[in-house]
Amino acid sequence: MKTLYLALLFTPALCLSAGKPAQVTAQQFVNLQQGDAVFPGFRRAHAKGICISGEFHSNGQLAGYSKASLFNEGVTPFIGRLSIAGNNPTAPDLKSPVRSMALSFAISHTEQWRLAMNTPPVMAVADPHTFYQQIQAVQAGPAAIQQFLSEHPEASEFRAWAAQYQATGSFAAETYHSINAFYLVNSNGEQQAVRWAMQPTVAVPASALDGNDALQTEIASRIAGAPVVFNWVFTLAEPADDEDNPTKAWPENRRQVTAGQLILTGTTAQLEGDCHAINFDPLVLPSGIAATRDPILRARSAAYVESYRRRAKEQLDGALEGSNND
Amino acid sequence: MTNAQTTDSDRFSLSMRLFHWGMAALVLSMLAAGLLMVTSLQPWQLTLLNIHKACGVIAILLVTARLINRLRHKLPALPKELSAWQKTVAKVSHWLLYILMFAMPVSGYLMQYFAARPIDIIGIFRLPAALQVNIQYYSLFRELHAVLAISLITLIALHAGAALHHHFIRKDTVLKSML
Repeated sequence: MKTLYLALLFTPALCLSAGKPAQVTAQQFVNLQQGDAVFPGFRRAHAKGICISGEFHSNGQLAGYSKASLFNEGVTPFIGRLSIAGNNPTAPDLKSPVRSMALSFAISHTEQWRLAMNTPPVMAVADPHTFYQQIQAVQAGPAAIQQFLSEHPEASEFRAWAAQYQATGSFAAETYHSINAFYLVNSNGEQQAVRWAMQPTVAVPASALDGNDALQTEIASRIAGAPVVFNWVFTLAEPADDEDNPTKAWPENRRQVTAGQLILTGTTAQLEGDCHAINFDPLVLPSGIAATRDPILRARSAAYVESYRRRAKEQLDGALEGSNND
Repeated sequence: MTNAQTTDSDRFSLSMRLFHWGMAALVLSMLAAGLLMVTSLQPWQLTLLNIHKACGVIAILLVTARLINRLRHKLPALPKELSAWQKTVAKVSHWLLYILMFAMPVSGYLMQYFAARPIDIIGIFRLPAALQVNIQYYSLFRELHAVLAISLITLIALHAGAALHHHFIRKDTVLKSML
């Protein structure tokens, strides 16, 4: 019996030896993202954004691949966020090289789905530790990032995309990619690796834009005039494709399925909207969607929640201070 | 070195000893997992996080059963040599350990609840979460979960230290009563 007790006491030691965070930690990562100037209460990455709301109209085409209820033919409401990369919530919209769309489907009390999508279809690097070095290079300036990219051959597809990418004149005209791959899981338990993209249905040239909040002003007035529509297109991997490597796109001839249309019907400034409180952690998944082993995807939860914890505490402290002053 | 001998009446019942050492392993594992998973960006972080949440459900079921079991059993008396304040400290620390064993999973669940993150229990069922996020309540329970964890680690260290003190310095039957 005493041996059993002793053996039980070794279980935490096993947990500890299973893997120490030998490389970059979530805290170091978020420290790097937030930089020297902290904007209390705001996201440490993609700090500037605007809340959106609308509906996903599913055509049922994907229902055989995933048991997630929002892929049944029908309508699911969402709230979300359109944002630009960077740590400054007041940065000029047009200076950022990356634009993003995040979505939150509150399907039920037990089923939630958060999505965080960016304009680049692939990552420059394949793991969070190299990604940390990439952000360091970005912060160090154009020469450093050029050198970083030239030292990382896995960045070749990202570089090819960046070389031909032209920013449009609207959040409505960008294509937003899942970047990482996920599995669709159907009711028979069959898995299909997929990536997806929100594809725009309008073309807007960049030339007409001006001002610090150019993109936010443009999308707010556009949606006030008429709903903005995206097609939600899934690309299905074949066995030869590597779903765990976010630097490699899959061949162009892979089967694509349009799951339906994402219809944006409202915008709200982020401090007045519901999106500001949400952690758009792409690993909040409903039954029927599962994470791949992609190391970047698997690092996102820990990094997002570290940023979330910091700004949540700042908001709590602010609220407590505010109520003391009343 | 001769320690006092134990008889059956001054040992904890077998069920209480099993609860004690089983939960010691579970609680220490969860504390270790918790400290690791909030810093790590490694691919196993997500797996560890999901196991931690599932173990939280097991922990609250276990501690409930354990408390019921404890209330139904007679405990061995503390050594007569202990002063009144030492006996009080012993009792208070044991009840604090129980309170923390309940408060840890409850605060962990509530922080997920207010972050609107349903908890998937190894694909079998899901614990419900709020439909809409409340970031301030999330923060309250997130910070509470951390403070409680540090308190629990401290209290476990004192508890284990006291047990060793009884065994090696006072040479009484306190540690043996749990073996």
